[in-house]
Amino acid sequence: MSVAERLRARTPTRRWVGLGVAAAGWFAAYELNRPLWDWLLFDVVGLDPDSRLGSGVHFFFYDSVKIALLLVGIIFVVTVLRSFMSVERTRALLGGKREGVGNVMAAGLGVITPFCSCSAVPAFIGFVAAGVPLGVTMSFLIASPLINEVAIALLFGMFGIGPTLMYVGAGLTIAIIAGLVLGRLKVERWVEPFVFETRLGGQLIDSTLGLSWDDRIQIGIEEVGTILRKIWPYLLVGIGLGAAIHGWAPEDFFTSYAGVSNPFAVLIAVLIGIPLYSNAAGIMPLVQALHDKGLPMGTLLAFMMAVVALSLPELILLRRVLRPQLIATFVGVVTLGIIAVGYLFNAVIGV
Amino acid sequence: MKIKVLGPGCANCVNLERVTREAVATMGLDAQIEKVTDFATIVGYGVMSTPALVVDEKVVLSGRVPTAAAVRELLESLAS
Repeated sequence: MSVAERLRARTPTRRWVGLGVAAAGWFAAYELNRPLWDWLLFDVVGLDPDSRLGSGVHFFFYDSVKIALLLVGIIFVVTVLRSFMSVERTRALLGGKREGVGNVMAAGLGVITPFCSCSAVPAFIGFVAAGVPLGVTMSFLIASPLINEVAIALLFGMFGIGPTLMYVGAGLTIAIIAGLVLGRLKVERWVEPFVFETRLGGQLIDSTLGLSWDDRIQIGIEEVGTILRKIWPYLLVGIGLGAAIHGWAPEDFFTSYAGVSNPFAVLIAVLIGIPLYSNAAGIMPLVQALHDKGLPMGTLLAFMMAVVALSLPELILLRRVLRPQLIATFVGVVTLGIIAVGYLFNAVIGV
Repeated sequence: MKIKVLGPGCANCVNLERVTREAVATMGLDAQIEKVTDFATIVGYGVMSTPALVVDEKVVLSGRVPTAAAVRELLESLAS
């Protein structure tokens, strides 16, 4: 990667100049994306912008590049910022907090703490062993995948700041309330007993302590590569489906089934979304195409949240520490929250 | 030198084991590398973000996969 080479600078000046050049290049590419494809597909290749083929193909290329640029930019910035936080620091902040305040903090920290769902189990044990209440721990575990930077990047790029804030606000609310509810239900009896018996040994190592700016930039670049390698198949399928819907689906096909007139649309969208194992990158192009076809934002956000919030691999991992009853309750409470948010948004903002 | 790679077996844990073996091989270190997947043991080391690297029962790194070169630097500072 040439950008990586350029950024692997040794002196502070070269590092900041490298970052500045990369940022300028990013903005230029983002601005030139539409004119480039307009010119290439319509003027050079001679496709008709108003034909189905023309608009579908244009959507595919323009969207692929735009989404790739947004992902690279936002994942990099978010990862570098997040390298100042760590799960260890989050636990220290949450230790000894009451429910309520604790849930609010846990949901917020869930968004900004660098966290991979493969660490869900050690983090869960670590939190509980340190005396963080179960409901507060759950708020953290719900918020972390539900509000993710990939979804924020794509929502912002496709729909602007309004729906992005709605999504973040809704995600935080769901995580806080679901954590409070799970705390009230006294679900401790459904946690595998070894969790409470585990003693924290060793010295606590802060995973992000002592990083230099070069390290943080390096981590950011690596994270962009890791995420893109992981999500590109989902992304291409999503954009392909989006382009097909964009160009070929009849105008009223989706609205007649899942539009505002169908009271069960949100419910069905969420139930379809839960078992779908994709990530925000694969879902957002689809969401955008469906929104263009007149589906309401609330239904679409609920669908996307259902896809990203509850993933089978994470639930299987959590089974190591949680009894099936608690996993079922967890899924149930989060699902209800997402459905409620979908209906609320549809009622407040409509299409 | 006893090296343990802590992690439940996700992609990152496999990567950490790979770069660690690479680093050990290039250094010609006499080290045993062991994988630890048991969650109670992992948390017993105080680790909450996997993967993590334990050298002679001391956690030296957690929560990310460094490059083989970075692991080599780390092991060199510990070996001396």
